[in-house]
Amino acid sequence: MHTKGFLLDTKEHKNFNLSPSPAPIEADSSAPSRKGNRLNFYPFAFTFIIMFGIWILLSGKFDPFHLTLGLISCAIVSYLSSDLLFPSLKIRGFFGQWLRFIKYIPWLMIQIMKANLHVLYLTFHPRMMELIDPKIVRFRSRLKSDLALVTFANSITLTPGTITVDVSIHGDFRVHAIDKASGDPLPGEMEERIARAFGET
Amino acid sequence: MDIIVCLFLFAGLFFFTGGSVGILRFPDFYSRLHPAGKLATLGSFSAIAALALFNLHQFSLAALLTSVKILLLVVFVFLTSPTATHAIVDAGVRAGLTPWTKGEKRR
Repeated sequence: MHTKGFLLDTKEHKNFNLSPSPAPIEADSSAPSRKGNRLNFYPFAFTFIIMFGIWILLSGKFDPFHLTLGLISCAIVSYLSSDLLFPSLKIRGFFGQWLRFIKYIPWLMIQIMKANLHVLYLTFHPRMMELIDPKIVRFRSRLKSDLALVTFANSITLTPGTITVDVSIHGDFRVHAIDKASGDPLPGEMEERIARAFGET
Repeated sequence: MDIIVCLFLFAGLFFFTGGSVGILRFPDFYSRLHPAGKLATLGSFSAIAALALFNLHQFSLAALLTSVKILLLVVFVFLTSPTATHAIVDAGVRAGLTPWTKGEKRR
């Protein structure tokens, strides 16, 4: 499939840093003026589109005055913060990553629902104290990028029955699980799907 | 339409009830967070989805915008709720509270 794009993504995530770093210069970019802290067009454009969508959604007014106000303020905000929202992503593999992430969400919702019913069953069970067996599960994740680790930790916490206690930057997880059924399958499928969603297979 | 709204509302109520019963029944600090944080996510999701659907009763652009805004609430709850839960658990660990294990007395 898109193995090449995946590899590229992984490399970029490793070089992830928060400073407004120079954009990764492509091999064929011959223009010498494109370097340094120059504004990247695509992150700016995407931030602008997202901001403007939210503006329209929240204002709900379509007369020229409000739209112009929105245009100006969205342009300013996305100029200032486009490198925060998309730190080091190139245009390549960018849509793919978002699409894969959106594909991940319904699966997560189904998992949340299933696990919710499980915790509900535990809650109303008359012999609950014998059924639950809380313990701290430790494992090391193979996810690399910060974003993937945070998504994984948040997904674990969102799924009932498990709470992330601690994540280290190397991917060491400590998870509090309420019983065996929710704690045992832990790194498992969720990690695999997140790895796929962030291109870290 | 009304039937679906009612179903969602009752599902939300049911999950919230389960969450509060769970807070009372589970044995210790950490395990109490499970029903508290979690059943509330699905509970709020059902309740808010019911509101968004009910709002669409008379379909118009304004109603649609309002519904999308209501659904945005779910997005933010799903983003912030695990973070808050994690902060609470982290505070418990830093304070040196050991988790309840099987066979101990409930606290």
